[in-house]
Amino acid sequence: MSLLGTLARMEAVRDGRAVPLATVRHRHLADRPMVLVPLAAAGEAGAPLAVMLGQDRESPVLLSLPQPLDRDRRFALLADLAAELLPWLEGYGDQVELLTKEVKDPATGEKTEQVRELCTDAPQLLVPGPAAVEFLGLLGRSTRFRRTAEDPDPGPYPAPARVPLLGRWLTQLRDRAQVPGSSLLLAMTDLLGRHWATGQSRLEDQHLGALLGWIAPPAGLTGAEAALRAETARDDRGQLLCPPAGPTTDPRFDSGLLAPAITRYDAARQLGDAVAAQAREADIAALLETVLRPTWERMWQGVDLLRALPAAAHLPERWEGDRWSYTSHRDRIAAGEPPQPVRDDAVTAARKLAQREREQTRLDIQEALDDPLAMAEHRLSGEAMAGVVVEVEPAYDTTGRTPKPRPLVTLRTDDRPHGDAGRELYRAGGPAAQKAELVSADPASGLVTVRLLNGMGRKKEPEPGSVPEPGEQVCFTLFELTARQSAPLPEPEDTPWTHGGPPAARAGTVPADPVEGA
Amino acid sequence: MPPLSPAETGDPGAEADRAVAAILDAALHGTERGTVVDSPPGAGKSTLVVRAARELVGAGERLMVVAQTNSQVDDLVDRLATADAALTVGRLHGSDAAPAPEALRHPAVSASTKPADLLECSVVVSTAAKWQWVKDVDPWRHAIVDEAYQMRSDALLAVARLFERALFVGDPGQLDPFSIVGTDQWAGLSYDPSSSAVMTLLAHNPRIVPHRLPVSWRLPASAAPLVSAAFYPYAPFRSGTGPGDRRLTLAAPGDGSAVDRVVDVAAESGWGLLELPARHTVRTDPEAVRAVAAVVRRLLDRRGTAVSERGSAPLTADRIAVGTAHRDQAAAVRTALAALGVPVHGGAADGGSADGGSADRADAVTVDTANRLQGREYDVTVVLHPLSGRPDATAFHLETGRLCVLASRHRHACIVVARAGIAELLDEHPSTEPVQLGVTVKFPDGWTANHAVLEHLSEHRVPG
Repeated sequence: MSLLGTLARMEAVRDGRAVPLATVRHRHLADRPMVLVPLAAAGEAGAPLAVMLGQDRESPVLLSLPQPLDRDRRFALLADLAAELLPWLEGYGDQVELLTKEVKDPATGEKTEQVRELCTDAPQLLVPGPAAVEFLGLLGRSTRFRRTAEDPDPGPYPAPARVPLLGRWLTQLRDRAQVPGSSLLLAMTDLLGRHWATGQSRLEDQHLGALLGWIAPPAGLTGAEAALRAETARDDRGQLLCPPAGPTTDPRFDSGLLAPAITRYDAARQLGDAVAAQAREADIAALLETVLRPTWERMWQGVDLLRALPAAAHLPERWEGDRWSYTSHRDRIAAGEPPQPVRDDAVTAARKLAQREREQTRLDIQEALDDPLAMAEHRLSGEAMAGVVVEVEPAYDTTGRTPKPRPLVTLRTDDRPHGDAGRELYRAGGPAAQKAELVSADPASGLVTVRLLNGMGRKKEPEPGSVPEPGEQVCFTLFELTARQSAPLPEPEDTPWTHGGPPAARAGTVPADPVEGA
Repeated sequence: MPPLSPAETGDPGAEADRAVAAILDAALHGTERGTVVDSPPGAGKSTLVVRAARELVGAGERLMVVAQTNSQVDDLVDRLATADAALTVGRLHGSDAAPAPEALRHPAVSASTKPADLLECSVVVSTAAKWQWVKDVDPWRHAIVDEAYQMRSDALLAVARLFERALFVGDPGQLDPFSIVGTDQWAGLSYDPSSSAVMTLLAHNPRIVPHRLPVSWRLPASAAPLVSAAFYPYAPFRSGTGPGDRRLTLAAPGDGSAVDRVVDVAAESGWGLLELPARHTVRTDPEAVRAVAAVVRRLLDRRGTAVSERGSAPLTADRIAVGTAHRDQAAAVRTALAALGVPVHGGAADGGSADGGSADRADAVTVDTANRLQGREYDVTVVLHPLSGRPDATAFHLETGRLCVLASRHRHACIVVARAGIAELLDEHPSTEPVQLGVTVKFPDGWTANHAVLEHLSEHRVPG
């Protein structure tokens, strides 16, 4: 954690409530996000128990199972979930904009125009926490390879027709969620944790109720008290007032209320009493609703809190990346491609890693540019400096045929950039991209002089507005303000001998990866 | 703990020569396309690379060399051209990373940003990052990959198309490559893109048996047993020099202060621990930083002389380095040294990928992070302990390679500055990294290695 982050947490402890970590909202927030709260059954990995979802906070849809071990009912629930989610997911595929790109034919060198579709918007799914993101990934992994009744060889237990497709979408969303700064599938605790610092640890911040207790404590309570109440307060039946946001449920709920209700349902079924079984099933649904509803309300409270923050300037640019991701997945499905493989091959893994590293760099840069609080972290660590211009001295590079402007700008700053003379600097928030170099820094007087190197036009005198004036606030960073392109990688069929050769030639010899990789 | 001293039999020079001959034979005539050489700190890895390059070129081969940072490339070019003035060496570089003057001072060295300009050269040297962009050239028959344990698997994936056979040379005990994003998704895969190039190579070519360089010429007899036992328990090595072959003498007597006493202890025994009172501090702990600066100042003031098999030389500023875990710590030490009038350098521009510091300036103390001190050598190092003053011991600070780099850069003595209480801190923070299936457990882990080093240092402790 950064020093500023630690300071913010200490201030939160002192003030008894969370402290803002950002002046703007750093993630895209859709006008009508889909909120989804999944619950998993205890005792079996990836077994769904109930889902509450919807785009309208007043009327959530509840899908639940009376007996989570019943495979037929499980797939019926997944089919219901597919019926809820797929029309919404697919609906964004209809509105497209057409982008033309000039491509050069590598053989003939002829230029042709290539038209590509980009969906104008993409779906956004909000879940309570990172565990829910992983749970959706698990659901995707367990369903996307299932055979259905429509398959030529459906096998003994075909899944409902649209369930494998749902699995592919969930896999795609979870995979995209690994890309830093992406916003197709977001965890509410991550979102809130990015924008507020609480007086508790990051681990404790994963409890949605406790986190919101710090950010918006009820009247008369400090953040710590509200968080403690969210974590531990129980009613007279011994049930938590703030049930866990899932996917795992409170064990005392499981043993005290849920298990007996399931036993009653099983008994009614064994007796063949359809009416009683239906009534017991309704009891279980009502029971699950009581533990889902508080989380549902908190999810929307979180949405409200985030919506109150102004959107960061670079959000549309990053959301476009999400739109591309959505569009290409739509195209892969339309083209009839098979589901995503269980494990990435060597080239795909390297490509994904390169993309994520590039996006992480881009995210850090854009957050710093969008938000003075984010830039403050870099200033404190000597990676940037901000100050007021006190003097501008015209100077010229006369080595070429015509003199070029290379003015010296002196600013007053309390920041201590970690760099020697000659260190390259980048101007943040200027009219255009501009490089400079550090000429001298005197920590005692707080004066730093830099020489501007470009971005001033082609004439001898700089273009008006391209050089900051005395009295102007300026900011320079020691890090580049654009993420570097990733180096090209071979095609999977050209995988070299050092990496086992092409995937097809190696099929069956890959060491098993038992858990991850979906 | 196992005994500190590996068996010392026979002449170290002859032992090293036998190892080198076997390696060169495998690289030139072996049945496997890859040859791997594990080298402990200062075991003559660079010498091996230069020798292998000359032998390959002598056998009529064209050769490409892959190093990891621009300073490593410049260093290699300089060494190659110095060793063999007739060797034509191409220095391929990026448009924003001009080669160092030391690399270009030789007439047989040519530099370019375009590989096509250098195809006539017997040897072309560049960073892995630059090689990844090279296209439309015929593959080389031979490549040498230097610092291969610091190269990431995905970088090898991108450059392996450029060569048919390769000699991979590196130090398995140093810092593993890292990623700024999570990579758990691929943990356990043989081609995990964030693992080291050698790991992937060996997983897919199980018949390659790594060779080993058995003698460290850098580390003194006081350091080799500890570093070998703490960081290379299954690949022990020995020092090329015996006890008493290296001496560090100080012309001016100490003034009795803690700083001077730790300098005396280190000059005498090769190790020194200046232990400050226990305290939780910010990363740039001002007292510890001041103590580090004071140690360096006194080392210079007391006019040391380093006596070794190479002869006797004064301990000048360029023979001293300060190592830290974090860049801001290095910056704080630089500021503190400057305030004491000690010339410093380090922390060069780090644009682009992993880029080491520039070559040592003749009159200045090097101050840098463990990452950037990899592969470098000094007479005396002063180390700000990665766990000093910390309330917790994270995986970053426990990383075996970080401590190994910091504890193995010196020819004479290493002085560690630390807050008391690190042993307790370690005991409170046992390794808790999740065990990933399919991943070879690294042994020793940072926890064990830290304890081993600490136990040894405690015999050379001076309370500050």
